[in-house]
Amino acid sequence: MPELSEARPDGGSNGTALKIDCDVHPGVPTVEALMPYMDDYWVDEFRNRQIDGLEIATYPPNAPLSCRPDWRRDGERPGADRDQLSDVVLDTFGSDIAICNPVYGGLVALSEQMAAVLCRATNCWIAEQWLDRDPRLRSSIVVPAQNPILAAEEIERCAADARFVQIMLLVANELLLGRQYYWPIYEAAQKHGLPICIHAGSMYRYPTTPSGWPSHYLQDYAATPQLFTAQMQNLMSEGALARFPGITFVLAESGISWLPPYMWRASRTWKGVRGEVPWIKRAPSAEVRDRFRVTLQPFDVTDDHDRIEKLVEQIGGEHMLLFSSDFPHWQFDGDDPVPSAMPEHLVRKMRTDNPLSIYTRLREDK
Amino acid sequence: MVQSERRLKRGRQGEFVSKHVVARVEDIGPGERRVVTVRNRPIVIFNLDGEFFGLLNRCPHQAASLSQGIQAGFAIAEVPGTERCIRRGEFIRCPWHGWEYDIRTGQSWCDPESILVRRFKVERVPGSELVKGPFVAETVEVSTDEEYIYVEA
Amino acid sequence: MSVRETILQTVEGSPGREFIIDSDIHPEPYSPQSFRERLPARWREHCETYGDPQRGPYAALTGYPRYIPRTSRRDAWPSNGGLPGSDLELMREQHLDRHGVALGVLEPLGQGSWTRNLELMGAVCSALNEWQLEDFVAHEPRLKASIVVPMEDAPAAVAEIRKHADNRDFVQVQMNSLSEEPFGRRKYWPIYEEAVSHGLPVGIHVGGSTGARTGGGWPSYYNEEHYSLVNSTQAHLTSLVLEGVFEHFPALKVILIEGGIAWTPALSTRLDRLWSRLGSEVPHCRKPPSEYVKANVFFSTQPMEEPENPEDLLQIFADIGWNNILYASDYPHWDYDDPEYAFKAPLSVEQKRKIMFDNALSVYRLD
Repeated sequence: MPELSEARPDGGSNGTALKIDCDVHPGVPTVEALMPYMDDYWVDEFRNRQIDGLEIATYPPNAPLSCRPDWRRDGERPGADRDQLSDVVLDTFGSDIAICNPVYGGLVALSEQMAAVLCRATNCWIAEQWLDRDPRLRSSIVVPAQNPILAAEEIERCAADARFVQIMLLVANELLLGRQYYWPIYEAAQKHGLPICIHAGSMYRYPTTPSGWPSHYLQDYAATPQLFTAQMQNLMSEGALARFPGITFVLAESGISWLPPYMWRASRTWKGVRGEVPWIKRAPSAEVRDRFRVTLQPFDVTDDHDRIEKLVEQIGGEHMLLFSSDFPHWQFDGDDPVPSAMPEHLVRKMRTDNPLSIYTRLREDK
Repeated sequence: MVQSERRLKRGRQGEFVSKHVVARVEDIGPGERRVVTVRNRPIVIFNLDGEFFGLLNRCPHQAASLSQGIQAGFAIAEVPGTERCIRRGEFIRCPWHGWEYDIRTGQSWCDPESILVRRFKVERVPGSELVKGPFVAETVEVSTDEEYIYVEA
Repeated sequence: MSVRETILQTVEGSPGREFIIDSDIHPEPYSPQSFRERLPARWREHCETYGDPQRGPYAALTGYPRYIPRTSRRDAWPSNGGLPGSDLELMREQHLDRHGVALGVLEPLGQGSWTRNLELMGAVCSALNEWQLEDFVAHEPRLKASIVVPMEDAPAAVAEIRKHADNRDFVQVQMNSLSEEPFGRRKYWPIYEEAVSHGLPVGIHVGGSTGARTGGGWPSYYNEEHYSLVNSTQAHLTSLVLEGVFEHFPALKVILIEGGIAWTPALSTRLDRLWSRLGSEVPHCRKPPSEYVKANVFFSTQPMEEPENPEDLLQIFADIGWNNILYASDYPHWDYDDPEYAFKAPLSVEQKRKIMFDNALSVYRLD
């Protein structure tokens, strides 16, 4: 792996360090938009059965969280306007590169085949309709986790395009993500040096809490960190981290402040039951610091300089945060996704150094 | 009968130590352990295949008596499917929170650099040597025909 | 004399001695069979024939086999052959006498109370309540009981509370965290109404049997299952606040037991943020969620989180509120927290006194 200082591009658009937004959400307007990337059978299926409305349950299009009020466009899906995304995310927020995470129905479909068709079409659509039109955009590969073999094939197909810089999975699927069932996905990821982004969002295969279904969307979204902790525990416990040492896992739209108490509790438990999972060779808190990164928004920490410094120290240091706006989700107001009290040394790290250190494809491409 | 002579010398940490006869070798069989009190400190003596080791009988975490735990091997694995057990019986697990300590070194597995149980030197000595001193044998009747265990503390 | 007065008298009678209140002690029967003998013949036979069907893969074992037998300290097995937690003499020696426990709240677990069969659940809970009094409280006045309720059958739960409500040996109502629904859902509200009417707080202790342990499916290892208990506690806290329980029952006090506590400030902050965006979905929730948490919810400490930097706990305790934290030992379980060593952070005398004693004195029904 080349040294960062050698590999870092000479500069971004403003002549200084490259700034990277690690989580933005282009909206698929309708299933119609994906039809150019499907074969006739599937075009007919969607058209003749009038199947549409494949936005995932985690982001009801009209829910306040799904789109910041001033970014809403009448009659359009959140994030569907390409010019708006470039204007806001790149120009206003001052980023040179943004990584797209298109969250759409293929990720949650009950039919494996429909899942695969939609994910493939989504990747094609992103490449042609977004990446081709704005050279500052990059994307995650969305994959049908419902069928890891098909997912691995889709990774192979997309990996040839260097603008795909990571693989995205939702945080709640049919099985927990450490299970060997998913390892074909990780084989492909490791082979191509692609990080795995675990993003908020659920297939809704199980009640959203261990104690059943709550009544409200708010509670489901509030419980998102619980899903992340479950995946982290499982990735360690099943030996997936041990088996794929080359993969960095990015926690996207997870929130951050839940991490320290999770790390402490997980480490305390591990000290007592280590022999059950002997492939976990160090405390979970150490695994987290080494193998995971976390995106900035939603920034769920009190906007206070000392508290932010303390939190970053607790989760493992300034290498942990990746800048993200989470556009168009309504996580903050105003023109700066960086909280006002964020220490300056962390800003530089999260906007440039940290993304470049894990997204190798951003280093190679100048 | 033995000559009890207390002659202090410096231990590893610079404090004064002396040699205390605590048991006959045959009192603690292979795989067995026994708690003794030396200079008011509870020390658990282990017999690992004829070699003797001593640890302070107090977990550094929350002060549980280690002697109440189980002796087990150490589980290792690279990935699932490769797990195996090494050095059976050479680790003591705290009876409360299950922290594992290497009986030979007192080192914890969970955090070997900063968490360890205090170790005491334990040796065998024939009774015929014992009578020459310098040893403290306050609780053990010593005979020249037998072999003994002493703790340096 | 009230329970509170008795406790205070004990304390005043031994100046210089430190006393504590323990919000989580687990009594056990001599053996599972010996407890079963307390059930009516109909249910005893049922259990012998069918077991107590829960929601897991084995007929008579949890789906996540424990790492240590009976989830208990290895030094807590009585010499008489009974289960850990069954022998009062040993409990006194290892915990009550040793640490100056002035009041210990019993939290019976399992014994069939986690079954799917509602009638069996009711029968077991009734037996658990009688048993706590007869085998423990009657012999050891420092111990007080919890009214264990068949929580998935609210009318039966209400009847069970009513049956014991006048008995001052019961100091709280107890539910367990792995439930069919989050505890804010309406089916549980009659339980809260009844508890409040008797001035009883509701303790929610981790454990039980439910569906998938995470929203992303079933974990494989005990190493994971142990963490899912934290998640179930978080789910109940969220649900109680956002479904309006505290708005409707402002006098209700809830104690979250063994679910960890360090996550609370982070969750409260997260809920406040979401409420500011999505409040229109929960118009009955009129205050920021964190205000309900501060006013109505208490947290028992064990298993105490252990930050690398122990002082970090001080900020967390302050954020939770020094009045909202109750010491718990979890005796005789393996993740027992010794009152002398559990708190690695330097607490002031006053802070320690609140956590170890004062807060509990005002949370439980001790009048």
